Amino acid sequence: MPRELLDSEIERLQNEVLSLGEMVERSILEAVQSLKTRDFEASRRIISQDRAINEKRFSIENDTLVLIATQQPMASDLRLLASILEIISELERIADYAKGIAKINLLIGEKPLIKPLIDIPRMAQKAADMLHRALEAFVRKDVETARAIPKEDDEMDALYDQVYRELMTYVIANPANIEQANYLLWAAHNLERTADRVTNICERVIFTVTGEMRELDVSEDIRERWARQAGEKP
Amino acid sequence: MFRNQTLPPVDPLPEAYEPIVKIRNLSVWYGERQILGDINLDIPRNRITAIMGPSGCGKSTLIRCLNRMNDLIPGARIEGQVLFNDQNIYAPEVDVTELRRRIGMVFQKPNPFPKSIYENVAWGLRIRGFKGNLDEVVERALMQAALWDEVKDKLHTSALNLSGGQQQRLCIARALAVDPEVLLLDEPASALDPIATLKIEELLRELSENYTIVIVTHNVQQAARISHYTAVIMWDENRIGRLVEWGPTRDIFTNPKDKRTEEYITGRFG
Repeated sequence: MPRELLDSEIERLQNEVLSLGEMVERSILEAVQSLKTRDFEASRRIISQDRAINEKRFSIENDTLVLIATQQPMASDLRLLASILEIISELERIADYAKGIAKINLLIGEKPLIKPLIDIPRMAQKAADMLHRALEAFVRKDVETARAIPKEDDEMDALYDQVYRELMTYVIANPANIEQANYLLWAAHNLERTADRVTNICERVIFTVTGEMRELDVSEDIRERWARQAGEKP
Repeated sequence: MFRNQTLPPVDPLPEAYEPIVKIRNLSVWYGERQILGDINLDIPRNRITAIMGPSGCGKSTLIRCLNRMNDLIPGARIEGQVLFNDQNIYAPEVDVTELRRRIGMVFQKPNPFPKSIYENVAWGLRIRGFKGNLDEVVERALMQAALWDEVKDKLHTSALNLSGGQQQRLCIARALAVDPEVLLLDEPASALDPIATLKIEELLRELSENYTIVIVTHNVQQAARISHYTAVIMWDENRIGRLVEWGPTRDIFTNPKDKRTEEYITGRFG
């Protein structure tokens, strides 16, 4: 016996989460693109779009709470709605990272970039792709994909590592590069954190389907890795 | 039926509990028709156990087995054991009246006697020839049932003038007056409005500090709100009631193990 009211509203909320996810994904890609092409207009647009993302998040949260209050969902329905609440808050934070990257473009201002951006756009592409697949896994209740995606975090860490080392060489070559190198590293860090939040989303997918609530094993923190490579204890 | 048999273990729970009642391999027939099949269930002491399931699955029959109320139904027959403090309540030497004092029952519709409030509560003690201070016991029982403040000035007026919720709390006071260990409640709030229902629920939660409570309900939310443990009964393809799952309420309502439980509590059963 289906519960038409509950089921159709759950489906609508899932679609809303997907549509919020698309907005966030676009923000990430466009923010990095605006940094790469030094397009201030685009950066300003991304910053103002963040308000629409926040509003959508609150609207989904409100509808989810209303559904819980009026339909008293239990078991897997309840887990799914609780996961929606978690996932939309992760999405909002990812959008904040995108906004941060757009702000960095404005902060760097008219000065030319100290280096052409290659790995940072790759990180953005990778993060957006992981996010897209994590949200698809959520809607399709695909536990296998949700378990697989966080393993790709290694790739993100490696790219971040590369960006870091490269920027350090620019700083060593010319200490005047410190400010911009710092901004660019900040942008890369935001993308690395985006992938971590995708891992959180994957944990929610697994919780929704299985009820299992635990942290997925992701690769070690980048700072821990450096410490290990340097023979220190983190 | 009374031979000593090896007791099968019930599914282990993730937490320790002390069973006051152990139901083992319990099957029940009314005449030719089998109502319950092979039930194994523990009732933890000083906790609320909710027995849930669709109408007609045998929930009421199950709790009626716990104080032998089914003895009153012609043609009722049971197999298996119900152990109360490790004594089989179906053993021939068991004093059924004493058993029903220690395991009291409250029914779906409030059923006060057409007597005064006081006499309703005192009744169980009077028929047992109680020699102590009756006023004291009546007051204590009414206080425990969270009714004292509402009735203390009209103890000698008819119980039938009380509201439905008050009458039900009076029935709980009547059951408590004889100092039971276990209270069985068969849909005690289904005839009450939401406020009266919440009062009963809060009362049961308080009483569970000192009493073991077993409540039959087909109100899924009510079971979730008040019980510590939940047992789910459903009929099989032969329409015999079977225990589908039991465990801590918080697990049953967030992550049930059995698909039938999931369907039932999410409202997709039937």
